[in-house]
Amino acid sequence: MSMDRKTFLKLGGCGLAAAVAGNKLAGLVQIAGGQSAPGEKTLRASRWAMVIDTRKCQRADGCDACIRACHEAHNVPSIPDPRREIKWAWKDRFEHAFPELETSPLPGDVRERQVLLLCNHCANPPCVRVCPTRATWKRQSDGIVMMDWHRCIGCRYCVAACPYGSRSFNWFDPRPYIRNMHAEYPTRTRGVVEKCTFCEERLAEGRLPACVEACPEKALVFGDAADPNSEVSQLLREQFALRRKPELGTEPQVFYLL
Amino acid sequence: MRDRVWITLGLIVFLVGITYPIWFNNAAGVRAEAPVLRKPVKGPNCVAPLEYMRASHMELLTAWRDEVVRQGNRRFVAFDGRTYTMSLSKTCLDCHDNRAEFCDRCHSYAGVSPYCWDCHVDPRQARTVRAWAGRPQAEGWAR
Repeated sequence: MSMDRKTFLKLGGCGLAAAVAGNKLAGLVQIAGGQSAPGEKTLRASRWAMVIDTRKCQRADGCDACIRACHEAHNVPSIPDPRREIKWAWKDRFEHAFPELETSPLPGDVRERQVLLLCNHCANPPCVRVCPTRATWKRQSDGIVMMDWHRCIGCRYCVAACPYGSRSFNWFDPRPYIRNMHAEYPTRTRGVVEKCTFCEERLAEGRLPACVEACPEKALVFGDAADPNSEVSQLLREQFALRRKPELGTEPQVFYLL
Repeated sequence: MRDRVWITLGLIVFLVGITYPIWFNNAAGVRAEAPVLRKPVKGPNCVAPLEYMRASHMELLTAWRDEVVRQGNRRFVAFDGRTYTMSLSKTCLDCHDNRAEFCDRCHSYAGVSPYCWDCHVDPRQARTVRAWAGRPQAEGWAR
């Protein structure tokens, strides 16, 4: 049988392409004869959002149950150096959270309030735009700004891009600083960036975020902002809510009631 | 062809040198022992056939990782119809409850060092760390 070089290359190319495509298709649906599937109890939403009622979050004892619950659940280390610390949720003064209102007249004790801060899970996240490896990305199904620590190369572009300071970088191995390590959740390693993920691992098990569950005053409400019947939507319809730095156009999905 | 002798001699020296560990160990009676792995505690069923797991467990773990992290799928219906949660710490280490005598033993025999455990927590290790955690924290964080 005779075949010229051109035909040989053509056929070879077709065969290679078919093999690659076949592998791709097989990989998408099958793993070792098994198949992946979404969790049965997963909580679903089109756009997860959180409403924080700053009026309820003012206990005199300086309650930080939400922060402790979050940091415990996610193996977040307690590093005393503020330049190297890791935080998923934290509190700050009102004027630090809302610097654009510094000179505005504000009623009552608003200015003295401590405000709970966390990743805003922006609808238009600047961190995602700058990530060169897509280690952070916005999940199209529910709007959560996700982190893939396997992919993060530690370039810290996202840290620079986030206008809310929601991202922390691991300057060294965090494990010696984890008070109570849990095997249910991974730790991070040196050279990756971390932040709040709206507890997507808990949502997958049908549970609300750890901070929401831990709040003794029920000041945190979590739900689907795209669903008009959700508690979040009702609160936002009925009451005036602030978002952090709205002038930047990032469209945060964390709302503050005053 | 004047160098034939030298080339042959050189080849012999090279062959002797490169096979030295083999015949030296043979003469000394040293045998390479295959690693003895600790059997899983909950019976012989795994998430894939044994032969597949032996050869390609790393591919399965990578596929699981991508499904969980990137796609948000956490359930796995295995080849035999059993359902598992795709999780290294919760599912794999639930059966293979001794990382040191299962994962590590074979990995060190094969000379590979996967970085899974840089982040993923072995439940045994977590217990040790918890016991350790009451002590004053390590120095050297400031820089």
